[in-house]
Amino acid sequence: MSTHRLLPIDPQTGRVRDLRTPTAHIGAFGPLGTVRSAAHGKPGPLIEEIAASGLRGRGGGWFPTARKMEAVVASAADRRTRSPGSRPVVIANAMEGEPASGKDAVLLAHVPHLILDGIQAAAATVGATDAYLAVHRGTPSVKMLEHAIGERRSDAVRVELITPPARYVASEESALAHWAGDGVATPVFGDRPFERGMNGRPTLVQNAETLAHLGLIARHGGAWFAEVGDPEAPGTTLVSVGGRVRQPGVIEVPTGTPVADLLARCGDTDGPVEGFLTGGYGGAWVTSEALSSAAWAPAQVRDAGGVIGAGILWALDAQVCPLHEIARVAAYMAGESAGQCGPCRFGLPSLADDLEDLAGGACTSDDLARIGERLSLVVNRGGCKHPDGTARFVSTGLAVFEAEVSEHLRGGCTATRPGHTLPLPKARKTPVKRAGKDFK
Amino acid sequence: MSTHDQRTLHLDPTLCDAHGFCAELLPELIHLDEWGYPIFTAGGLATDIPHGLTSEAKRAVTACPVGALRLTKHA
Repeated sequence: MSTHRLLPIDPQTGRVRDLRTPTAHIGAFGPLGTVRSAAHGKPGPLIEEIAASGLRGRGGGWFPTARKMEAVVASAADRRTRSPGSRPVVIANAMEGEPASGKDAVLLAHVPHLILDGIQAAAATVGATDAYLAVHRGTPSVKMLEHAIGERRSDAVRVELITPPARYVASEESALAHWAGDGVATPVFGDRPFERGMNGRPTLVQNAETLAHLGLIARHGGAWFAEVGDPEAPGTTLVSVGGRVRQPGVIEVPTGTPVADLLARCGDTDGPVEGFLTGGYGGAWVTSEALSSAAWAPAQVRDAGGVIGAGILWALDAQVCPLHEIARVAAYMAGESAGQCGPCRFGLPSLADDLEDLAGGACTSDDLARIGERLSLVVNRGGCKHPDGTARFVSTGLAVFEAEVSEHLRGGCTATRPGHTLPLPKARKTPVKRAGKDFK
Repeated sequence: MSTHDQRTLHLDPTLCDAHGFCAELLPELIHLDEWGYPIFTAGGLATDIPHGLTSEAKRAVTACPVGALRLTKHA
């Protein structure tokens, strides 16, 4: 059976098929059919298939999709929250918040109608009356997507394309709900979106890949979906493979694929690699040794010390200084703070400065101890997980590249090639003040 | 022996502005980080209040100029 489910391959060219037109889309996948709606406080019947599929959210948390949808329906039915305005909302997250990720762009460019099918299936199942597709401002596919949405005249729920600012934390789910309701793309502390999201309404935020899978589950059922992949997190999944591999790009593999096979699909590593970044800039570094024997499934990657997150695997060239790379990303993440919470607003820039000193050889063992203290100071103290993710990125990096840290404390550096390999959007030097206008 | 309601102090970090009154009023439970923001000694953003410190916790809630602290009661 094919494991190119979301991204069918053209056998002639070996490339992903362009299925942007409704005709090509239906030709490849077949029609969506009618998805019955939620009623009487219960999800629509597709929920049974979604539960049977074992689908988990591909945005990073890998939370069971059926449970999240049930929670949205339960919130809408709750007497304490029920009011005329409490009908659920669906938001598709195609923000591509992680700079090293490419999967949202690939889905939008090749199979936008599969995402839109998933939005319709989700909206019917939770009884949503409003639905949004969120892509970050400046996304090249905006016009094409508006056209694609306009072509879908038989959709039960009209989808509105929204373009929040291209900020790292803007793709956090409460920030998306905040943007959709109030036009401010900062994370919200307290209520979770599935309880109280956009304008206080129960809000289902799902990653674009998750919804594309849902578009297929609505056609073929849950048992079909679970035919491939790891039993704990079935199906196929998209992986953005980058760095020192011969053919970087986005590939679709069954979950549970050995990392070695996954790298082989990308032409294998191209030169020495000592460590991999998993999950992106809110993710974790893992040694090549630990990761090479692992399989690409949430539990197995976690056991190896990594995190799948939104499906990012980056091979860091061993001839590049890992501490420079870590310092660059830490500075970027500091600049991406929404500035709402003190430990993030002040802690991340302090850490970024410390790490720049470490990379530049101006760091003593006392300074290194202070980095450790500051890493612990920013964890579990924020309104969102931005500082936690950044701290994990840094602390795992310092552990994986421990030998390089020691070398730098002695004033040395083993790098033989220039760095700046990890992709970064335009750098922001000065961290924002509290929820500035660049979040609007 | 009479039962008492357990009280929990919650911090909203998005509201906190590092005034620091809470750490002065509840040094047993709260200290400040290097930037002046409160750290619950027990960790996290919520901390259980021992019975003997209920009135101090109430004062900390009232003293916070930005309303970043909240006290809840559960049996």
